[in-house]
Amino acid sequence: MSYGAAPGSTSGRPPIDRAGRWVDRAFRTQAALVYLFLYVPIGLVVLFSFNAGDLAGQLRGLSLRWYAYALDDRFAMAALQNSFVVGAWTAILATSLGTIAALALLRVPRPVRAVFDAITYVAIIIPGIVIGIATLIFFVNAFGWVNPWLEYIWASAGLGTAPTIRTGLHTVVAAHVVFTMAIVMILVRARLSGMDRALTEASFDLFAPPFRTFTQVTLPQLWPAIITGALLAFTFSFDDFIIASFVAGPGQPTLPMYVFASIRRGITPEINAIASMVLMVTVTALVLVGLVYRRQARQNRTGDDPDLAVSLPEAEGPT
Amino acid sequence: MTDSKDTAPGRRRSHVATALMLGPTSAWYFLLLLAPLVILVAFSFGARAPEGGYSPAFQLDNYLELPTRITAFTNTLWMAVGGTFLCLVVGYPLAYYLATRAGRKRTLLVVLVVVPFWTSFLIRTYAWLTILGSSGIPALLDSVGAKDVVLLNTAPAVMLGIVYNYLPLMVFPLYVSLERMDKRLLEASKDLGAGRLATFRQVTLPLSAPGLLSGVLLVFIPIMGEYIIPDMLGGGKVFFIGNALVDLFLQSRDWPFGSAASIVLILTTLVAVSLYLWLGSRGQVRRDMSIL
Repeated sequence: MSYGAAPGSTSGRPPIDRAGRWVDRAFRTQAALVYLFLYVPIGLVVLFSFNAGDLAGQLRGLSLRWYAYALDDRFAMAALQNSFVVGAWTAILATSLGTIAALALLRVPRPVRAVFDAITYVAIIIPGIVIGIATLIFFVNAFGWVNPWLEYIWASAGLGTAPTIRTGLHTVVAAHVVFTMAIVMILVRARLSGMDRALTEASFDLFAPPFRTFTQVTLPQLWPAIITGALLAFTFSFDDFIIASFVAGPGQPTLPMYVFASIRRGITPEINAIASMVLMVTVTALVLVGLVYRRQARQNRTGDDPDLAVSLPEAEGPT
Repeated sequence: MTDSKDTAPGRRRSHVATALMLGPTSAWYFLLLLAPLVILVAFSFGARAPEGGYSPAFQLDNYLELPTRITAFTNTLWMAVGGTFLCLVVGYPLAYYLATRAGRKRTLLVVLVVVPFWTSFLIRTYAWLTILGSSGIPALLDSVGAKDVVLLNTAPAVMLGIVYNYLPLMVFPLYVSLERMDKRLLEASKDLGAGRLATFRQVTLPLSAPGLLSGVLLVFIPIMGEYIIPDMLGGGKVFFIGNALVDLFLQSRDWPFGSAASIVLILTTLVAVSLYLWLGSRGQVRRDMSIL
């Protein structure tokens, strides 16, 4: 057997011989086919969104008429607005609660941390459909218990009709925060464990008060994880259909709920136009995450984060 | 600073601060994760109220009635096992290619695998709905002479949707573990006279075991709770537990029976995952048991 590359070469490529070339070609072909498989369907959705015809299945010239139609659709736009509101609140709450909890977990005894970690994994592992069902049951029960009390209090205080708490966008946010908070916590904790403790200690030695140490030493190092967490929480919440369909209640659909209902009614190019706009939102969020990671990788080449499976890989050259 | 830390009031103050910081998260977990799950368990022993919903009772009827839905459970389990296997078969060569042979384009190619996963699940499934629907591939086949081909609302369509949606979750952890592998080991194996297959079996595969483990779990667990794909691409003909749950909770409003089905779904998933982990640890895959 003869080898094409010098022995001991550390280039990632295995040495090439005659059979090796065929193996290499097979790998390339397979990879190309997988990328086609991944992107052709999405590409077709976007292509058909420019359809000038009336039917979703037949492309008759290109135009932007379905975008105009979608943007004029009052229900679609209300749903889009709902999704933005839910996504933004979820991102804000999940990021702040998750980050604060991750910081607090640095200072608690080991058993407390173990319990928290266990619940965090439960939050991520339990199927979305079960979270949707369980929180729906919980809300219905809790509201059934709270509302009579509110009525009683309002009646005895002579305030007139009591407010009734119902399911709505706020319950969707509450349910989304459960698992997005868990994701933020995992991201921030991974970042914290990779951080150099010496910097915090140096700051204390230089007589910086704890709050200043936090804002000037800890926080700047945490930003990438916090921003990534916020964008992931937003994307998750913005895209979620299953949990929202359980806890949103009637009357205030989110965009995925609207899209699902329209698909049930029949496929029109309007759905493609909405889908393409949603894709644009998600891809923008992703590009932002990518930029954050790139900057972080450039700033801190030595730092090796224990990567979460959901995070984007760092930008790096060939080894 | 060190002084105040060592005195009792300072320590107490910092304990209070820590408790305050953990408070909101604990409350959230308790109220919206643990309490709902406890209620779900309690409901699963209850009875259906005449107008739908729940009425208090303690009985096992809901669990005893579950065999009437056995097809949903077997469907889900088979599709989850099959889908995970297909993702592995398609994803492993790609991850290997990305980790060892992709060269300078590697970062871009890896990002391109991850991006579809972060785009809307609903839209990705919708894409296949139009491709497999009557005006998609069947229309093309019709024009070349193959009449009346039905692709949508079949088990293979659901399987295709599953592989399409979950493939990135398999490729990514596999890529991470293959990328961390010391490539010199491959050459050492070759220098010692091992052929390609032997090197793969004895070096590459064991070293990628942690990624394989996480990949399989990351794909298998969510497929078990799948609802959208069988609904849109299976058209009610391929029924998953998820579809049964939506039906029970939102249509027939039989909450206790639905609760029992959800509990059994969670238990089935746990048993399948434990079985897999146990088999894995017997087969020398005992490196990294962390799921994420």
